[in-house]
Amino acid sequence: MNAMATTVAASLPTGMTKRRVLGAYLAEARSECLRYLRSPGFLIPVMIFSCMFYLLFAVVMGGSFGHGASTYLLASYSVFGIMSPGLFGFGASLAIERDNGLLTLKRALPVPPGAYLIGKMIMAMVVAAGVVVLLLLMAEFLGHVPVTPGMAAGLFATDVLGVLPFCAMGMWVGTLIKGQGAPGLLNLVYLPMSFLSGLWIPLPQLPHALQKLAPIFPSYHLEAIALDVVGMAQVTIWPHVLVLIGFAVVFLGLAMRRLRRHG
Amino acid sequence: MNPSIDCMAALRGVSKRYGKLTALDRVDLEIRRGELLSVLGPNGAGKSTSISLLLGLIRPSEGRAELFGRDPQAIEARRHIGVMLQQASLPDTLRVGELLHLTASYYPNPRSVAESAELAGVADLLKRPYKKLSGGQQRRVQFALALCGRPQLLFLDEPTVGMDIEARQKLWAAMRALVAEGSSVVLTTHYLEEAEALAQRVVVMGHGHVLSEGSVDDLRARVAMTRIRCVSGLDAATVAGWNDVGSAVREGGRLIVTTAAAENVLRRLLGADPALSELEVRRAGLAEAFVELTREDDRAEKEAA
Repeated sequence: MNAMATTVAASLPTGMTKRRVLGAYLAEARSECLRYLRSPGFLIPVMIFSCMFYLLFAVVMGGSFGHGASTYLLASYSVFGIMSPGLFGFGASLAIERDNGLLTLKRALPVPPGAYLIGKMIMAMVVAAGVVVLLLLMAEFLGHVPVTPGMAAGLFATDVLGVLPFCAMGMWVGTLIKGQGAPGLLNLVYLPMSFLSGLWIPLPQLPHALQKLAPIFPSYHLEAIALDVVGMAQVTIWPHVLVLIGFAVVFLGLAMRRLRRHG
Repeated sequence: MNPSIDCMAALRGVSKRYGKLTALDRVDLEIRRGELLSVLGPNGAGKSTSISLLLGLIRPSEGRAELFGRDPQAIEARRHIGVMLQQASLPDTLRVGELLHLTASYYPNPRSVAESAELAGVADLLKRPYKKLSGGQQRRVQFALALCGRPQLLFLDEPTVGMDIEARQKLWAAMRALVAEGSSVVLTTHYLEEAEALAQRVVVMGHGHVLSEGSVDDLRARVAMTRIRCVSGLDAATVAGWNDVGSAVREGGRLIVTTAAAENVLRRLLGADPALSELEVRRAGLAEAFVELTREDDRAEKEAA
């Protein structure tokens, strides 16, 4: 209140109401969903692979694999399908936005803590939901799978929540590499992991050594749950759930540490 | 209390080192309420580093960065700033109105989308996807995003790059309107005429130091040079040897002389060459002052090395 004024900091008016903070989280998630739903270059590859595989192997060639193949493949291809919005929607976009200045701008702006990441997570869940619904429709109407409401709801919940460990993995990869190189690196993770955890060829038909290796991948555990849900296997679910939570926590932790250090 | 000297943001004795490279060396910088402060300097002078420190994007190696008296990483402080960075690719499938709505949602008391768009001159673009805009239009949208939160302090990093003259002048008018409303603006720019037209205070940086700080007139006065331009047959090297002559060169068909004592040099020039024509005498602008300052700094740097 005196000559010291040059060093007196300007006073700030009152902060955000809780309602506005919540609004900011919602606006971020909405924008993130909108921008990717309008981007065919992202959406089409993500949606099309699992659907195309299902159409080929379950619908067209389904008869030759014997009874239950189209139900079994519904579970594995849904897991294969939802991995990609997690890995690419999260990882590739983070890598690109670390490079093109958007992340820097978000860090300078008063974006509420985590809103940027939560937005991407919700986007991945929405796209995953789209993939599962498409596969369920194909299974019901083309694959002649007796889809019960309980089974549909179970698979939907499994896959929409199951995308989260892959978001964390993608996020970690996205912190390791910047820019356009990320999609390539993610494919090197995505495709071998899908094969090695038995999403393309059922595990019992893979060599014994690979069967032993499979549990190190999160996709193996998610597939086990999905197979149980569609009635093609009987497993105790909770150990798999715990492993998946573990994967999510570890990768999220690694990614946060790198983001804090390297931005 | 005099609100006009409130400190909005400051660097206090800040150094920033990257390994052996010192990007900033004990810099003091203060941004006051209601002023437009322009930060000038060649590439690598430390302008962007200073801005990044004030925004909390990087941490000082030494000293303290403050935003409204707080740590710049405190979200409460950042809720009162607007930012326009040099390189930022916005999500390009979103429409301009959607981008404005999103950015405004981060702030406690933002302007309406219509008001922000009006101020930045993008009201006719609200429905357009960002990627369909020209470079100049995208810059104006980024400016709209910077002001939409009703910030007390705006950081504008090279805002008019890629704009045509008309767009640039519109942006200048908008900046003046914001300052008139009581906002403070930190403007980094390569265009000296931009600083000359807008800034109340100019900070010139070079090699991680603040070389000069003051009004545009102060800065010009620091380098009290006058430029004489004329058509003359006199030899430039000879003129360069005269008393009071700073430099003399031939550019095109013209002789260009800089001097701190224009009257003396003029008298001698006119005496030596009665055929002298097309005479122009001009006080050095910010551009010359700037060149002079940074040249001194380069020289000092070389001597120190």
